[in-house]
Amino acid sequence: MPDKPKVAFYWCASCGGCEESVVDLAEGILGVVDAVDIIFWPVAMDFKRSDVEAMADGSILVSMINGAIRSTEQEEMVRMLRRKSQLVIAYGACAHLGGIPSLANQFDRAQILKFVYEESPSTQNAQKVYPTTKYQDNGRTATLPELHRLVRTLDQVIPVDYYLPGCPPTPKLLQQALTALLTGAAPPKGTVLAPDIALCEECPRKDTKPADLSFTTFKRPHSSEMDPEKCLLAQGFLCMGAATRGGCEALCIQGNMPCSGCFGPTSRIKDQGAKFFSSICSNVAATAEKEIEATLATIPDPVGTFYRYGLAASLLRARMGRQAEA
Amino acid sequence: MQTRTITIDPITRLEGHGKIDIFLDDKGEVERAYFQVPELRGFETFSIGRPAEDMPQITSRICGVCPTAHHMAGTRALDDLYKVEAPPTGKKIRELVYNTFMLEDHALHVYILGGPDFIVGPTAPKALRNVVGVIQKVGVDVGKKVISMRRRLRDLISYFGGKVIHPVLGLPGGVSKGLNPDDLPGFKQLAEDGVEFAKFTLQVFKDIVLKNPEYVKLVTSDTYTHKTYYMGLVDENNRVSFYDGKIRVVDPSGKEYAKFPAQKYLDYVGEHVEPWSYVKFCYLKPLGWKGFSDGPDTSVYSVAPLARLNAADAMATPEAQKAREEYFATLGGRPVHFTLANHWARVIEMLQAAERMRELVNDPEITGKNIRTIPTATPTVGIGVVEAPRGTLFHHYETDEKGLIKKANLIVATQGNSARMAMGVEKSAKGLIHQGKADDGILNMIEMAFRAYDPCHGCATHSLPGEMPLIVSIRDTSGKIVQEIRR
Amino acid sequence: MSSPTTQPSNGKPRADWEPRIVAFFCNWCTYTAADLAGVSRMKHASNVRIIRVMCSGRVDPQFVLEAFAKGADGVLIGGCHFGDCHYSEGNYKAARRIRMLRRVLADMGIEADRFRLEWISASEGEKVKLVINDMAEKVKALGPLGMPGQFKDFDQEMEHLEAEAGVKEVAHAG
Repeated sequence: MPDKPKVAFYWCASCGGCEESVVDLAEGILGVVDAVDIIFWPVAMDFKRSDVEAMADGSILVSMINGAIRSTEQEEMVRMLRRKSQLVIAYGACAHLGGIPSLANQFDRAQILKFVYEESPSTQNAQKVYPTTKYQDNGRTATLPELHRLVRTLDQVIPVDYYLPGCPPTPKLLQQALTALLTGAAPPKGTVLAPDIALCEECPRKDTKPADLSFTTFKRPHSSEMDPEKCLLAQGFLCMGAATRGGCEALCIQGNMPCSGCFGPTSRIKDQGAKFFSSICSNVAATAEKEIEATLATIPDPVGTFYRYGLAASLLRARMGRQAEA
Repeated sequence: MQTRTITIDPITRLEGHGKIDIFLDDKGEVERAYFQVPELRGFETFSIGRPAEDMPQITSRICGVCPTAHHMAGTRALDDLYKVEAPPTGKKIRELVYNTFMLEDHALHVYILGGPDFIVGPTAPKALRNVVGVIQKVGVDVGKKVISMRRRLRDLISYFGGKVIHPVLGLPGGVSKGLNPDDLPGFKQLAEDGVEFAKFTLQVFKDIVLKNPEYVKLVTSDTYTHKTYYMGLVDENNRVSFYDGKIRVVDPSGKEYAKFPAQKYLDYVGEHVEPWSYVKFCYLKPLGWKGFSDGPDTSVYSVAPLARLNAADAMATPEAQKAREEYFATLGGRPVHFTLANHWARVIEMLQAAERMRELVNDPEITGKNIRTIPTATPTVGIGVVEAPRGTLFHHYETDEKGLIKKANLIVATQGNSARMAMGVEKSAKGLIHQGKADDGILNMIEMAFRAYDPCHGCATHSLPGEMPLIVSIRDTSGKIVQEIRR
Repeated sequence: MSSPTTQPSNGKPRADWEPRIVAFFCNWCTYTAADLAGVSRMKHASNVRIIRVMCSGRVDPQFVLEAFAKGADGVLIGGCHFGDCHYSEGNYKAARRIRMLRRVLADMGIEADRFRLEWISASEGEKVKLVINDMAEKVKALGPLGMPGQFKDFDQEMEHLEAEAGVKEVAHAG
């Protein structure tokens, strides 16, 4: 009886939602457990880092790693898993694109630390104590990993074989991915394991999307009526679906809210945010500079809207002009 | 002086990762133990410049196990920011989603995360200290019931929120989606089944834990006792509330110390910093930081089920209230200081969540069409609070006149327990490790000291020989490892 | 900073450093004007690498971002005046997109003077010269943007692999 293929799960700068998405296989997880040997899953399992280090290189079939990389410990762990695995899957938006935590690339690490440990209104820290990587106390040394200055996608740290997009990926896509890998039907390396077409294609409101869009103003959901049947972009809401890969079956739209872009771009786009705003700006009605300005002023937060999940993976990656020791 | 170090790395089921450094003196007794959180992402800073209405979805990414808690705290902050109130149907839908979430998230912990320590036992073979062992103990049918019940509850959250992991429904003044009357019968059935499930869970707990004198001894032992203040949200009748109300704090003797609306949280909540952890430690600001100590002079408080039951005078629903009365009668009256009693209090809260679900689905307004009020005020400051499963959660937003965030301050539930967890880990380590001996059973019992709080990253374990990977390395003073224990 | 454009000791640009500016010129107007400037032997700064596109509306914001990401210190776009577009609408689209792109660049810390949009008709050879010279001067004053070098700098934080936290590999006890 051949050994079951070995699988590992690991989390970096993550929220745990990707771990929950595996649980949301519900009854389906029993089939997974039958088919594979999960040999490393720190939230759940008996195996330690040194057990994995003792394994032969390449003896793990696939490691699924979620979360962005933002500390020395996370970097070490993913390098080690890469050595030990035949395949590495970047699981979820953070590993794939940087995710919401990569919005921190718009700010300095120093600014983040200063707010948390000094400036936050509830923090009482007159001595300006900061967490330190080596804390000496009476001959004792307690250690902490260091935060990187930059948030990175998984493939900015190690080579990645496949990507499962989404915040989080849906159980259905996970199931499909596992089946493909275990039955030897794996697609070409580098593939993002979701349909390579914009979300509009699977949106329940597709039929109400007009052939021509024309914007005089953009609306924000909190202050506008939202028609629960019509295409959200056509109503003037910033629905990222037009520049976002499908595969989620338009869950947020079914909650009557616009897509925020968590599946990232299709394969034909380098920078999801730029592609989206290029497209909607093309469809702004105004032709005079002042009116163009007035229309675009109704978009409140370009970076947070267009790059909410993908700042680390975007062409610019991070805010320039940061201090050397930030 | 010879110092030996025991490092437990990683601990799991926390926000991100965690580790414990234990230092022994030359007699092998524990001198000091540090409970360390090695991670930080910086949500408060990268929220700057974001539209406030995006905050419920952005902050839900703080935690994918309890995203609904952040989503709801953010939505309440938006209500305050725009000085707008949801119409009755909008409020009720929010409360329905929220209680459903409390029920399924507590069930995750009871059956799959912390529960195995009791349902299977703290010294049971490690291969059984997980949901497989739980299923063996309570039966396959029950196991399927748990998985299926959680799935159905989470489907309700998806119905209103689009997705269950990072839902989208929250808007200032309401929600984004209403309840179609055709779908109501299914939810009514779900609520009934939920109440039965919660009652069943309570019975399981009584049969397996309370009828076992060893467990009762463990729960009431001094090793796992801390006398701190307790904080929880209460309604206008001082009953436990998850979604709305005022924050009430009682002192270690159970007397009310303070009761205040969310807007006044800065008068009471302080955060303390230590150099050996990235997490901050909450305490009562007016008393000043008094260190990691408990007793009448402490300024440390605690949150989550144990604390909520202590801080309130009653539960808000009848069956839960009966269960609460029995709880206090058994454990010697209010307040209860036994950390492990969190497990029991959690089950009682499941009952309230389910009963409240049932009240709401049977309320005729739940299918109303008016689900939101569109705000018109100019925003400046908004503060929202909810009870996350793991404790009191504060979201505080300050914006410009366009509603873009200028400053955000978030006090995340588990921080309300971080001081108590640090004390608990050290106390249990000191109580359990002697002459340098730390075997597998001892390790698990140290873990139980923090696991009872259900720290924020309680993630799934399933069908797997699920205990956390632990390495205990005992080094001599030159750093050479002289013994290693693995499990 | 360790890019070859800077002096090793103080991070300031070398005295002989010249900015590299990428220009996207629309075929019908600006590119023709640039030709005219050349034929008329107007001298302008040599910092500009010109890429001919059929219309300013062809300039995808991704081109601009990629130019900066690959090391450009400045990006210039030249198109037809409103009303003169060979394809009627193209320059309006460019105007709208570039406005939004400006905001993104500002929010991402790229100074305004590094990115410029000009409407230049086919006969305005002199304007081409003036714009290029002016931009080269302004970008030179700002110094190099040097994005590739900046990221190489950042990546130095990934070079240490020694475990600070966690347990090193050891032999089993006994």
